[in-house]
This record gives sequence, C-alpha cells and structure tokens, in this order.
Amino acid sequence: MRVQVDGEKCQGHNRCYAIAPELFDVDELGFAFALHDGAVPAELEEKARMAVANCPEFAISIVETP
Amino acid sequence: MTARRPPVTDWATDFDHTDPQWVADPYPIWEALRTTCPVAHSDRYGGTWLPVRHDDVAAVAYDTEHFTSRSVVVSEVRPGSNDLPAPIGVAPPITSDPPFHAMARRLLLPAFAPKAVEALEPFTRELCRELLDAIEGRDQVDAAVDYARHIPLRVIVKMLGFPQEDADVFRRFIRMVLEDVDMSPEDRQAVEDERELEHYIDARIAEHQAEPQDDLTSFLLDAEIDGQKLEPDHVRGTMVLLMIAGIDTTWSAIGASLWHLARTPQDRKRLAAEPALMPTAVEELLRAYAPVTMARLVAKDFDFHGCPMKEGDWLLLPFPAANRDPEVFPDADQVLLDRVENRHGAFGLGIHRCIGSNLARMELRVALEEWMLRYPDFELSDPAAVAWSAGQVRGPRTIPTRIL
Ligand code: HEM
Ligand code: SF4
Repeated sequence: MRVQVDGEKCQGHNRCYAIAPELFDVDELGFAFALHDGAVPAELEEKARMAVANCPEFAISIVETP
Repeated sequence: MTARRPPVTDWATDFDHTDPQWVADPYPIWEALRTTCPVAHSDRYGGTWLPVRHDDVAAVAYDTEHFTSRSVVVSEVRPGSNDLPAPIGVAPPITSDPPFHAMARRLLLPAFAPKAVEALEPFTRELCRELLDAIEGRDQVDAAVDYARHIPLRVIVKMLGFPQEDADVFRRFIRMVLEDVDMSPEDRQAVEDERELEHYIDARIAEHQAEPQDDLTSFLLDAEIDGQKLEPDHVRGTMVLLMIAGIDTTWSAIGASLWHLARTPQDRKRLAAEPALMPTAVEELLRAYAPVTMARLVAKDFDFHGCPMKEGDWLLLPFPAANRDPEVFPDADQVLLDRVENRHGAFGLGIHRCIGSNLARMELRVALEEWMLRYPDFELSDPAAVAWSAGQVRGPRTIPTRIL
C-alpha cells in the first residue's frame, strides 16, 4: 500500500500528520507530504486509512500496490 | 443598544441567525431545513442565503469566483467606501480573494504551522494551571468566565508581544465586532470612527519599530510581499484579524467542550479514565460544537441549485450545520468521543482554512487536559443560566459549574 497527498487539494488541516506522523510530515507552511515516497508498512495500513478518512479536503488517496 | 428584530416564524423564508431560538439551539432548525429547504433565503440584512447541507457549504467555500470574502460578518452594513476594495479587504487574508489572498495567507502560515505551535504548548499549559490555581478551593466556578475565555486571549497577546494587562482593550473590541450585528448603521459607524483599537495597535507597532522583538508583531513588520514591506494598514488589519479570529472562537470551543462534559457524566468519566482518547475527542467536540459560521457576499448574479443569487446578497456559511449533516456523519447529532472517521469542517474548507487551526486545537486539548487533571468530576450547577453568544461565533458565555 502507498499513500499520496494531492498538493492542489491539501489546505494544511494537518489531520494526517496528527494521526499518522509515521506516514506524513508537514513543511514550514503546514502543507502535508507523504514520507518514504508514500510507502506504508503493513502495520500502518489502518493508520493510513484513518488519515484518508479524516482529511477534510479529500486530498489523500491510497494506491494499493501488488 | 440592540434593536430587537421581529421573531422568526418561518425559518425557510425569514431566518435570522440572531433570533433567540437560533442562538439557544440552532441544530433542529438546520435539521428541518436540510430536508425541506437546503438553501434557505431571508430578506433580512438586505437579503441573505443559507445552505445547510455539507456538500452545498463545501461548494460555496470552494467557489471563490461567485462568492467574495470581502465581508465575512453579516450585518446591516455592506462594505463601503471606508473599506479597502476586493481583493484585499479590511483584514487580509480572511477578507481577501484570489489572487491576493494566497500571498497574504502564505505570509502568516509559518507562524501557525504545527511545529511553531508546539513551541507554545508549555506556555499554554502553565497559563491553564495558573487559571486553575486561581479558582482552587471553590466549589462554584464559571468555566467560561473564570477559565476558558482567558486562554486564547492571553496566548495571542503573548504571540504578538503585547502587554498581558492590555487584554481588556481587545475584549471590548471583539464584543463590538462579533456580537452587535443588531447595531444600527449609525451606531456602528460611530463606534468605528473612534478607532480606539487602531490607535492602540499603532502605538504597539511604533514600539516594535523602535525596538524589534522576537514576536509576531516584529515578524509582520519585517515580512515582505514581492520584495515590498507590508503597508501599515495591512499589518494592522492582520493583527486585528488575529485577535478577532482567534479569541472568541477558541473561547467558544473550550467552553462548549467543558459544557458538554459537565452535562454528560459518561463522557467525563471516559475521558478521565482514558486520557489517550483526548485527540480524537477534541476533533469530535470540534465537529459537534463547531463555533464558527462564516459569510460571503455574492460576487455576481448566478443560479445556485435553482436559487437566483444576486450580486451583493449575503450568504451565511454554516460549517457547524455541515458538520451535523447525516449524509456525511452517521449519528450526526450524537457526540461520540471515539468517532475515528471525522472529516469535519469546523475550521472551514478550501483556501481560507483557518490559519489558527493548529493553535486552536492545541489550546483546546491542553485546556481540557489540565481541567480534567484538576477537576475530573464536575456538573452544571444551573443549566438554565448557561448563555450562548449571538452572532456568527457560537459558544457559552457563562457556564455555572459545580466542582464535585
Ligand atoms: C476553535 C477555534 C477556531 C475556529 C473554529 C476557527 C474557525 C475558522 C474558520 C471556519 C475559518 C474559515 C474562514 C472562511 O472560510 O472564510 C477561519 C479562518 C481563519 N482563522 Fe480561525 N478559527 C479558530 C481559531 C483561530 C485562531 C486561534 C486563529 C489565530 C490566532 C485563527 C485565525 C484565522 C485566520 C487568520 C483565518 C483566515 C484564513 C484565510 O482567510 O486564509 N482562527 N477560522
Ligand atoms: S489532512 Fe488533508 S488537507 Fe490536511 S494536511 Fe493532511 S492532506 Fe493536507
């Protein structure tokens, strides 16, 4: 599984960073980006789903990798 | 001071957000409109629209072409010749439209980004403890007046580098701007002409120009857009905005959360027993009791879902109603402290997302943590005496509380 942040949609609510700091970080303006190229280790998959489900701007998506 | 308006009899055609029924409990009104008239209209304030569904609120927030932020507080007066024209507005960036908005906003973002806000947490925690120390030993307190209202005021005053003892100047000013929508145009003009706050801020700016400090005031004075220092009007407008936008709002969120806990023993006990639930609980309390309804002016005539909107019409943008839409939030009217899927819009949606959201969350979380540590058990001592503010920022202004 991988996560992606759509920089056009992200408005910096920082919900993803609060929920899953292992997967997301924020720049000095407060906009989010995915860490480690978006790679999600198996034990963090639930947290990744929670980040998606809590982003008010629908800016995060999950890409299932085979 | 306030000229009473006739009571509202029909919420779909004559709503008024200052009506006592709305002030006391707006949720049933929105609930009814959601199924019968999701975009209501009223002739009050010279013509006002009200979308109540989440999707419609979001659509308006995202549509900066048809809706301008030039004025975000509904009143009898629309922006006039005294006010800066769009796209800047009186208090950038909240009153700005694209493309200027992005520049004015970008300037402020670093001061309110998550990592900058983390640095203010120890100050905030210490402040909360001091406030709790001051009421130590009493069995009757007012959770709004003795506790909640001091927290955001003193944090902002600290960030700006203004003397803590000047808090009252701001408190008076904020009352006028946010709660007196019923003031007649003449009265409002008279108050605005006094320019009390502007003189106060100009004095603080002069001090900081003479002797720069490591604070937000010096940061703003030093900031540049396109290689140009900000106009003094812009700096002052931004400071006024930070005070107005940051104080009553956060006071309301802290107050409403304590009010909820005071009247909901099972939630109180759960939070006391499971402190790790706090961040999730904070989001749910923000969703359920979102304090801020914004406004827009229609920028040009157009048709919104069959509603003929005319340039200059007001539109109330109730994020609190969007947060209670059952299409998006199952059991929307229930407070579920462990609601893990919660994409609420308490801090707005789109380009105007609250710049202070990280700060407000931190203040709310720390305020509740410190209160719960000191007073895990408390209740409303006089539920009927709880008074909610009128206007676009909704929160309890008095919460008579008995410490158990
Ligand atoms: C719980 C507390 C708060 C709530 C619920 C809240 C809510 C909001 C909302 C809904 C907006 C969107 C405005 C729009 O769409 O027109 C907003 C904007 C804004 N808020 Fe807050 N706010 C809170 C606290 C704060 C604090 C503490 C500050 C700063 C000290 C602040 C500063 C701002 C600013 C500067 C904007 C304008 C952003 C822009 O236009 O780009 N707010 N707030
Ligand atoms: S929650 Fe969404 S909008 Fe907020 S920072 Fe993360 S990606 Fe951006």
